[in-house]
Amino acid sequence: MMDKFKIVIENLNLQFGNQPILKNICASIPENKITVIMGPSGCGKTTLMKSLNRLTDLNPDAKVTGSIFIDGQDILHTSENITLIRKKMGLLAQRPYPLPMNIYNNIAYGLRISGRRKKRYLDKRVEHYLRQVSLWDEVKDRLKEPAGRLSIGQQQRLCLARGLAVGPDIILADEPTSALDPISSQAIEGKFNELKKNYTIVLVTHILRQAKRLADHVIFMYMGEVVEQGPASEIFGNPRQEMTKSYLNGIFY
Amino acid sequence: MNRAVMRVSRIRVGRLLQDKLHVFWMQICLVLVFILPFILVAGMLYKSLLLIEAQPLTELLFSKTWKPMAGRFGFYTFIISSVWVTILALLIAGPICLLTAIHLTQYAKRWVLRVMHPIIDILAGIPSVIYGVWGILVVVPFIGNYLGPFFGKSVSGYSILAGAIVLAIMIIPFILNILIEIFKNIPPELSEASMSLGAGKWQTIKLVQVKKALPGIVSAFGLGMSRAFGETIAVLMVVGNVAQIPKGLFQPGYPLPALIANNYGEMLSIPMYDSALMLAALILFVVVLIFNFASRLIIVKSEKQLA
Ligand SMILES: Nc1ncnc2c1ncn2[C@@H]1O[C@H](COP(=O)(O)OP(=O)(O)OP(=O)(O)O)[C@@H](O)[C@H]1O
Ligand SMILES: [Mg+2]
Repeated sequence: MMDKFKIVIENLNLQFGNQPILKNICASIPENKITVIMGPSGCGKTTLMKSLNRLTDLNPDAKVTGSIFIDGQDILHTSENITLIRKKMGLLAQRPYPLPMNIYNNIAYGLRISGRRKKRYLDKRVEHYLRQVSLWDEVKDRLKEPAGRLSIGQQQRLCLARGLAVGPDIILADEPTSALDPISSQAIEGKFNELKKNYTIVLVTHILRQAKRLADHVIFMYMGEVVEQGPASEIFGNPRQEMTKSYLNGIFY
Repeated sequence: MNRAVMRVSRIRVGRLLQDKLHVFWMQICLVLVFILPFILVAGMLYKSLLLIEAQPLTELLFSKTWKPMAGRFGFYTFIISSVWVTILALLIAGPICLLTAIHLTQYAKRWVLRVMHPIIDILAGIPSVIYGVWGILVVVPFIGNYLGPFFGKSVSGYSILAGAIVLAIMIIPFILNILIEIFKNIPPELSEASMSLGAGKWQTIKLVQVKKALPGIVSAFGLGMSRAFGETIAVLMVVGNVAQIPKGLFQPGYPLPALIANNYGEMLSIPMYDSALMLAALILFVVVLIFNFASRLIIVKSEKQLA
């Protein structure tokens, strides 16, 4: 089977100040699949996700070299407006950060930014995306409340809905279920399985079983390097690197 | 053996006593600090009661007649002067502080903030009389010679505007320091979230950062205002000190603190004058207290909401 790659990373290096964080990353992320990035804490997973979205630009200490191709376009060396590139990706950060406004406006924010202002349209979209993350029934009567009052798990789903609302083709999810109970986690996992029909999903998780349930493709990282990558069946069934093997067997971490 | 035990116990008793004594003195100091504001208020109230009993408070606050010789003490002129210089000072200082804080924390290179921090602290530590002198040397002539004529007015320069400018410059470092702290403490993830939704940098600052910082900004402005309201020397030196309701920015005014500082100890032969000045002090105290309380309340409330 041949995968079409949505994202191709070539020789990506990133350092904060003088400290190298990502070292010569080469990886490919297939379209309309779930790619799981795994690896011990501090190995650079979050940083890699942020560089896909060029959020590393915001950190004046970060130096990035190499290439990241998205749909064949090198987003590190492009003249295209960077906000347009970012809108191709919905980012779900490791911890939820609701915007300092009410629940409704958290979803409408991205839509308004891209020029949609009609109330009827916004109402519909807000409901649609809140339903999509199974949050609508919980919040439909309190849309005008500050989003910060939601529980962490609800905030996480809100942030997912907010990301979906800008109509990305890629979802970057950094430990999206870390604050959720098993049932909500399952709901989210199910959601991802549904979403992958239309989206390319990159997911960071520390939960091995979740990775096994969801992953089509796996990238295993260690100390800022990609140790091994490939189809999930290969990585989980027959890892070639010792490091991967011991990680999967829970020998370190 | 026995003696040793006794010595030990004597030492112990000594220590215990010492500890007790220390604690005692600390408690005394604590109580002193705690009751200080109450003593102050009680003193002012006691002194001003004479006047409050003689004239209804509403008249004292809202009458424009200031004729101490006739026993008529209307504070309205002074209160209005104070309000004018304070609000004007905030109108000047507020936007400057906000834009500077945003620039320093969002746009400037990091070394700029490192250089600016000590400069701001130095500005904050300059004695106010120096600001006053600078006001007389620079601001007053500037208004008298350029700004006034530019608007077709012949003025001395000693004016509400001069007072407000000097005040603004005095509260800028104070407000700026708070604002920088507030903006620095906004988690970068919040901006990342906004930008990943397609917002530009300025949109993010305007719609997310400033919004997040709003309670802090309001209370920083409130604290700045309470400073401006109570500031005495520098204002007194440039504001003209004419007891009239100022009809414009270029007219002199006479804020409450200046009234007290100029007259206390000089005019006390006039009956009730000291009582009137004490009432002025009390008004000042209450207003500053309200501003301070309100500002702190906003901070506490918003912190609770974040937690
Ligand atoms: N803004 C920053 N400035 C300096 N160093 C940073 C910054 N952000 C992350 N790092 C460093 O980069 C390395 C990788 O961090 P990263 O957050 O990508 O790890 P991670 O794999 O996501 O870990 P975890 O599983 O715990 O979330 C860490 O050593 C971290 O200390
Ligand atoms: Mg992480």
